[in-house]
Amino acid sequence: MKRAAPRTLALSFVIVLLAFSASAACAQEAENPGEAAAPAEIRIGYLRAYEPQLALSVLDIPPEDIGIAGADVAIGDNNTTGRFLGQEFILEAVTIPFDGDAAAAYRDLRAGGVQFLLTDISAEQLLSIVDTAAEDGVLVFNVGAADGILREEECRANLFHIAPTRSMLADALAQYLVWKQWRRWVLLYGSHEKDRRFADALRRAAHRFGGEIVAEKLFEDTGTARRTDTGVTLIQRHMPVFTQDLPEHDVVLVADESEVFGTYVPYRTWVPRPVAGTAGLVPSAWHPASEQWGGTQIQNRFEKASGRRMLSKDMSAWTAVRVIGEAATRTGSTDPADIDAFIRSEDFSIAAFKGQGLTFRPWNRQLRQPIFLGDTRSVISTSPQEGFLHQVSELDTLGVDEPETQCRRR
Amino acid sequence: MPSRIMIVGLGLAVGMSAGSALAYEVYVSNERDNTMSVVDSETMEVLRTVEVGQRPRGITVSRDGRFIYLCASDDDTVEIIDTETYEIVGTLPSGPDPELFVLSPDGETLYVANEDDNLVTVIDIAGKKVLGEIPVGVEPEGMGISPDGTTLVNTSETTNMAHFIDTASHENTHNVLVDARPRFAEFMPDGEEVWVSAEIGGTVAVIDNATREIKHKIEFEIPGMRSESIQPVGVRINKDGTKAYVALGPANRVAVIDTETYEVEKYVLVGQRVWQLAFTPDEKYIISTNGVSNDITFIDVASDEPVHSVTVGAEPWGVVVSPK
Repeated sequence: MKRAAPRTLALSFVIVLLAFSASAACAQEAENPGEAAAPAEIRIGYLRAYEPQLALSVLDIPPEDIGIAGADVAIGDNNTTGRFLGQEFILEAVTIPFDGDAAAAYRDLRAGGVQFLLTDISAEQLLSIVDTAAEDGVLVFNVGAADGILREEECRANLFHIAPTRSMLADALAQYLVWKQWRRWVLLYGSHEKDRRFADALRRAAHRFGGEIVAEKLFEDTGTARRTDTGVTLIQRHMPVFTQDLPEHDVVLVADESEVFGTYVPYRTWVPRPVAGTAGLVPSAWHPASEQWGGTQIQNRFEKASGRRMLSKDMSAWTAVRVIGEAATRTGSTDPADIDAFIRSEDFSIAAFKGQGLTFRPWNRQLRQPIFLGDTRSVISTSPQEGFLHQVSELDTLGVDEPETQCRRR
Repeated sequence: MPSRIMIVGLGLAVGMSAGSALAYEVYVSNERDNTMSVVDSETMEVLRTVEVGQRPRGITVSRDGRFIYLCASDDDTVEIIDTETYEIVGTLPSGPDPELFVLSPDGETLYVANEDDNLVTVIDIAGKKVLGEIPVGVEPEGMGISPDGTTLVNTSETTNMAHFIDTASHENTHNVLVDARPRFAEFMPDGEEVWVSAEIGGTVAVIDNATREIKHKIEFEIPGMRSESIQPVGVRINKDGTKAYVALGPANRVAVIDTETYEVEKYVLVGQRVWQLAFTPDEKYIISTNGVSNDITFIDVASDEPVHSVTVGAEPWGVVVSPK
């Protein structure tokens, strides 16, 4: 009984407050009819191919909400800003299997009124929808596919790329190794298509920056189980033998996007050498431990929202949604045509915790960005490295530059 | 040879000033090692290093000089430090992740930017209580207050706006879009303009406080330096409103600007990654915090020449000078 009185008091106080704020709100509406109007909606679709999958280390299994969690945080950020401008951002995410029908999923999203689309699907799936999207006036932001072909031979006017390409990642790594004067490399690559593509990017980077690949070796995927009880003992014996007959080298490069052997290379080589590529020192769009350039803030915000650390795909998705938000803020418009024009203009740049404003390459709509080089614990460096100069932007020392581009649909 | 001349020159400057000028205490927050350095403004020596809370950033001092207020960001609190004993004598309820704040002209109210929560918290210092929370944009940081105390300006780093707040009603009245990552807001002494720096945008917007519109945008150009590395952060304007100083981050320089013409008159080379600035009360010096070189630089205001750099703690962030 004793506690009842203050509770009742508190309750009635709340009611009074509510009544007061309600009348205040009405008064405001009357004064500013424009502000009280329903906010302009911006519907952003998120189409991804995802299935639970294995990895050599359980730490590397992609979380179920990978990418989407980053987009969600950016939607929150956009809406905080949108509150001041009468704009509201809405995310609609759809997940399909790795070999799923992207076109059907796109049609559903479009039927729901989506004007902008983030994609985390394969290059083939992306190409199956991008032209329909163009006809619909939908801008597409690729946050998942690293394939150069999407920026080059198969580039599209309505297709922006937030994810860095394999060539950007490989160039970032190569610059660091050259800066370290570790110039002799051996290349171990996997037998799947994407492993070969990353190996190609590393070969190209060696040629560009003065590294020398003294030997290459293919690691054939024979379909062995990735995790077994006796696995550790077997790997410990197998890896030294696999790397035994290599010529003198400074660094072992690994190209194993398919997660077949790469994680097993560090500390198990025949001679003691640092490992880099998809294992060891890894280039990426983001690092979960980056605290530079205000990074602590986005990391805290992300962890609070999602309960885990922020990964590269989360950052790419965050950046894509922020690009749309930034353009909507600056133009005061929600029309995709206005937003498209602004993103392409000289005035556009986006701040994404990477120490400088990021812009799009006008020749293929790839986002210029510094690349993090890190191990599992921390950031080791960021590229471009000091001394790699460029007449337009040092960021253009990473990946395919304008004179080399194959993109003909600008 | 050049270095000897500088030493002689410095000796002269210190010798001449010792008799006439007052010595002030300079307080520097060191973000990385959780300390505050106390530096003598005349001898330019570190007097002591005080252990404080985690991730100290924003720092200011009470109008009478008795207490230092310090944002201990990772402890989610504002610490009160006694300037006689250097003991932490209390805390203020700042809200989560306080980064930067501004004291009202009467010294009674503290306005704090809560970086993680998109809020500005209003604190009554004497009563140690929260008077209000004002929702602003994403990652609020810069805080400026008009000389008459009626208008507060907060900048939000991801929303990219200067939010004007009426301090009587705690209402957000105007939002002015500025360039990317606005970090600092500073009023002119006559209250007619607010200067807002944009770190990634590389500009300082001069906002007319009457119309709440941008009347001029200051750009920076340093020969041989890429525009990306010119990142304006801290802004300070002298008492008679004639000169403004802008810290340019990784450009390692402080720009000196004529407030009449908005022209940059000089770039003063200081230490690495210069972020915040503070005048001595007699405006003999303006002091910069250089986060990467772990030092502060005294700039002589009369000549706009760097006089001396002093090593402080790890990653010096904010700086304030005692009023006495």
